Amino acid sequence: MNYDLPCGVLNTTYEKDIAIVRTKARWAWLCAGIFLSIVLPPLLGAHWLSWCIETCVVIVAVLGLYFVTGLCGQISLGQAGFMAVGAYSATFMMTHLGMSFWLVVPLASVITGIVAVIFGLPSLRVKGFYLAMATLASQHIIIWLITHPPFNRWSGGFDGMTVPAPQLGGFVFDTNQSLFYVTIITTWIMIFFAKNIGRTRVGRCFVSVRDSDLAASVLGINIFRYKLTAFYLAGIFAGVAGALYAPYIMRISPDSFNMEKSIWYLGMLVVGGSGSIVGAISGVIFIRLLLELTVIFGPSIQHVPFIGAYISNYLGGIVFGLVIILFLIFEPRGINHRWTIFKASFRHHPFSY
Amino acid sequence: MIFFWQMVLSGIMLGGVYSLVALGFVIIYKSTGVINFAQGQLLTIGAMVLWSFLVPLSLPFWAACLLSLGCMAIVGMLIERFCIRPMTGQPIMAVVVMTIGLSTFLDSLIPSVFGGVERAYPPLFPGGGIFFMGLSASYEYLLSFIMAILLVFIFLYFFHYTRKGIIMRAVADGHDIARSCGVRVGSIFSLSWVIACVSVTIGGFLLGSIESVTPALSSVAMLVFPVVILGGLDSVRGCIIAGPIVGAVQMLAIAYIDPITEGGAGDVIPYIIILLTLIFRPHGIFGQAHIERI
Repeated sequence: MNYDLPCGVLNTTYEKDIAIVRTKARWAWLCAGIFLSIVLPPLLGAHWLSWCIETCVVIVAVLGLYFVTGLCGQISLGQAGFMAVGAYSATFMMTHLGMSFWLVVPLASVITGIVAVIFGLPSLRVKGFYLAMATLASQHIIIWLITHPPFNRWSGGFDGMTVPAPQLGGFVFDTNQSLFYVTIITTWIMIFFAKNIGRTRVGRCFVSVRDSDLAASVLGINIFRYKLTAFYLAGIFAGVAGALYAPYIMRISPDSFNMEKSIWYLGMLVVGGSGSIVGAISGVIFIRLLLELTVIFGPSIQHVPFIGAYISNYLGGIVFGLVIILFLIFEPRGINHRWTIFKASFRHHPFSY
Repeated sequence: MIFFWQMVLSGIMLGGVYSLVALGFVIIYKSTGVINFAQGQLLTIGAMVLWSFLVPLSLPFWAACLLSLGCMAIVGMLIERFCIRPMTGQPIMAVVVMTIGLSTFLDSLIPSVFGGVERAYPPLFPGGGIFFMGLSASYEYLLSFIMAILLVFIFLYFFHYTRKGIIMRAVADGHDIARSCGVRVGSIFSLSWVIACVSVTIGGFLLGSIESVTPALSSVAMLVFPVVILGGLDSVRGCIIAGPIVGAVQMLAIAYIDPITEGGAGDVIPYIIILLTLIFRPHGIFGQAHIERI
């Protein structure tokens, strides 16, 4: 996993060999990253603060997709649907059962994981495109179940539910400022988990299933079990993302978790580079920054003749689609690969390799 | 009972159009191995282009038809050349994501060019319908059903008995082998996208005249997925059987399940069909099960 390690890093102990962060420079980067991501956003103003919260939520959801699509190679078009399960089950437990937010997040994520496993069951017999269809179906079926009897008695149908603010002791997290800290800390914890799982036996098995499932099964890896584990992990991450997202938007409705969102998450993963954590995170940030730019520049473009007055509403989708197409043609391995190439060429500067 | 049969009949009629749209999908899959998620968007573009020729330019129907088919053929060629051909040799996942990206792109492009307004064709079919033993079928549905069936048979003939059709199947089997036998694989790819676009455009006309021409047509066309999964991804015959089945099940769900679940059953039942098919018969009714080797 450490193929991009600079030369001259020699392992003298086993602890050093299995450490997640290998060099001093990386420690510096990581600490600076954690510090800046916690301190900077509240200083940027209300708009960018909420942008950061949403980005964190999406990062957690896309990290779930990183397991099932990036590592295990199963296309999933249902991540937003699983997020809906997380958000709705969390809200249900908070409002109807009166449970604390801090207990609800892990519970909701486990529930979502189980739902994801149920919808991952077709992976027993099918793969590739067929599995994409199964997850697409799961997306539609989940949203339908939420909005129709018998579940709409609790979920409020198309109107949605109001989400109570999380509390810790006497402190109520009802501002974006306070929710931001909850979100960013959870996001860092989830990033750490994701990074670690990718290095374990489970993560290696995912990669072997992705690269050649037949060869993996010949080597004694239970493909079905690992595919379901991948779905379970995707569900866990989607559940956490949904449970974090609910108190931030304050009122959840099926529209927040539609098909389009699932497609966007997949696109973000692909643009970033599906096989790595850094790729998943950078893909989310890149696409969401682009979206922000389209929101800013959309209204000025619509005055250009021959483009049409409606363009500003749809510019986001157009740009997103184009970015996916261009990335797949010119850099199928995503932003992360470009970044690795850049780092390598910087390191070897006067020489080409 | 008459209500039941009426529902089945209108479902079968509706399913004819699904078959037609699914046909374009199957043709692309059969000859290039590409799974096209942008099928619904192509259908909408076809319907919109025909509308533009018919209403603002007020061309006669046959001229508008020919022109829009020609336009869509060019669109298909362009998509194949600039989006699909660079993906040759990439894993199937990359190609799927490519067509998903394409569908998102077109989905946003269509309303920004044509606007989100609902449009209607000038009446193409006579009103009224046929009444038989208490059942009724309107001319629009009947005509589109007949057209769909006719096209399916034409394509069936094409794939089995014409030189080009057999070449297309050979290309689907293996690009390299086909190439070494002297087939120009690139032009076959183009051809299959052109054919698919043409068939999907006809589907667009029919759906557009039954309902109305809006960007939302592309979501109706999501129903090709249950059809192709049930019929088998690589089977033209499967399309013709599965389309009416999906249509009929959908109509029955609307008639009998909707009152219990307060609506929406018609939208979700196709996806339940997908799940059940994948669990019990993953390759569909007529699809070929592939044996894998390392």
